[in-house]
Amino acid sequence: MNMNNLRAVYAIWLRDVIRYKRDKARVVSSLAQPALFLFVFGNGLARGLSINVATGGARTGYVAFIYPGIIGMTLLFTSMFTAVSIVWDREFGFLKEVMVAPISRASVAIGKALGGSTVALIQGGIVLLLSPFLGVKLSPLLIITVLPVMLLISFSLTSIGIVIAAKMESMEGFQVIMNFLIMPLFVLSGAMFPLTRLPVWLRSLTRADPLTYGVDALRGLILGPKLAEFSLALDLTVIALVGAIMISVAVYFFERQ
Amino acid sequence: MIEVREIQKSFGEVEAVAGVTFDVGGGEIFGFLGPNGAGKTTTINILCTLVRPTSGSAALAGYDVVSKASEVRASIGIVFQDPSLDERLSAYENLIFHALVYSVPKDVREERIASALDMVGLWERRRDIVRTFSGGMKRRLEIARGLLHHPKVLFLDEPTLGLDPQTRNKIWEFVHDLREKENITIFLTTHYMDEAENCNRIAIIDHGRIIALDTPAKLKTMVGGDVITLSTADDEAAAEQIKELHGLEATAQDAKLILEVPDGEKFLAPLVRSLDTPINSISLRRPTLEDVFLKLTGRTIRDESAGALDSMRSHVRMRRR
Repeated sequence: MNMNNLRAVYAIWLRDVIRYKRDKARVVSSLAQPALFLFVFGNGLARGLSINVATGGARTGYVAFIYPGIIGMTLLFTSMFTAVSIVWDREFGFLKEVMVAPISRASVAIGKALGGSTVALIQGGIVLLLSPFLGVKLSPLLIITVLPVMLLISFSLTSIGIVIAAKMESMEGFQVIMNFLIMPLFVLSGAMFPLTRLPVWLRSLTRADPLTYGVDALRGLILGPKLAEFSLALDLTVIALVGAIMISVAVYFFERQ
Repeated sequence: MIEVREIQKSFGEVEAVAGVTFDVGGGEIFGFLGPNGAGKTTTINILCTLVRPTSGSAALAGYDVVSKASEVRASIGIVFQDPSLDERLSAYENLIFHALVYSVPKDVREERIASALDMVGLWERRRDIVRTFSGGMKRRLEIARGLLHHPKVLFLDEPTLGLDPQTRNKIWEFVHDLREKENITIFLTTHYMDEAENCNRIAIIDHGRIIALDTPAKLKTMVGGDVITLSTADDEAAAEQIKELHGLEATAQDAKLILEVPDGEKFLAPLVRSLDTPINSISLRRPTLEDVFLKLTGRTIRDESAGALDSMRSHVRMRRR
């Protein structure tokens, strides 16, 4: 990759960051949805049904348990929305400006993946700020460890989104993506429930969901390894592998467009 | 500057471009004139490396559009038919994005953006979000953007579509100015006849084929002199009489008769005297490119452009601007 293409990656990344900065409604709503899940849904469910989570000999309150899951949800939604904005760019013509530029198509896909991951990381970072209200203690050192993991998760998720966006004809398909991809990825990830003691069919489904490993990594880091299902090394390997495969497919699709 | 040889492009069964050949010289304003669906945009897309030709070859600034796509892209600037700005960025940010992806050297970046914005009269609005711009302003910004990397050829696909006459004139002044200052080659498509008059040479394209290629003045000589339009109480009878008395073939068009005569002014009086049918109106004018198109194809250029799909498309376009 030469200088020209690196500059193009930077330009495409910068554009997404500027657009995000300008969209105040998005920044506010990035807090609204997680807050709704944590304070209302989480609290309501935990108090109403007296739920505590006990796995691997560790116990925790339900709200704290779903907290890493809600961070994962934020990363998922933001990554997907940013990636799918490619379809808007196609609809509104801006993609043409990019496609006739003297740059490699790979740099277009990579720039977009980095832009989406950066925006998702910022959104996820904002949700991290909620931790004091949930009784979860995050040391500065822990935050420094969690952020790169969040970035890696976001990169993989954005890459999945780009692969889909490359094949999507119009924004009408977005509802389908929402119902058949984003929601299943979220619900099956174990963001809202422990992965132990599941029936076999559900167990296999959760293991096929890449976000499962993302949520598991975050849960292990934030709440302690005892509450995690897999080792951190396994989690990170799966996420990185999915990311590498998806970004390659995205580059391939873009080069053929 | 542009060499096109037997370019042909099919989309499935449909042949959009049916083998066209032409050359465009450096510093020329070259126009593609034809109705919607004639293959103008497809030809531009082939020259811009966005679409691969099914057969034939084309070179731009000496680079083949298929095998040297990257070099071609670096040598051209394009203003697409449909808007292609990021409406959520400011005018300045749109240009910075362009400068980055076209590798405009850092030390001249700011200076070029400033002079491009100045040229299209948008310097004062550089910090404003593009969404707040009018259609004409967006168009001008796109032209400024297309020039930022100093292309050798500027493509303008229907540059003034959906714009008011004032803005159209402004954009044309600007294009002429540009050609003089930068000696840039300009390739444009249009289905506005009056707009085509601005070109040095025009290719009239219909059903994917070039049916005439010359200067606007020469093309107009294809029409036999002046054009007389008249409407009478009985056009059929009048046409018969004209044929009988003057040996001229009158064509009916939009409930009017159209005559081509070598010297219109002298012919007008004898014509009026000779007809038995009462004349409602009569007019004389010099031939336009519209007449040339009518002569060559038997249709007016507007015949096909009023389809439902097309009016919907232009409606959508207007809304977005």
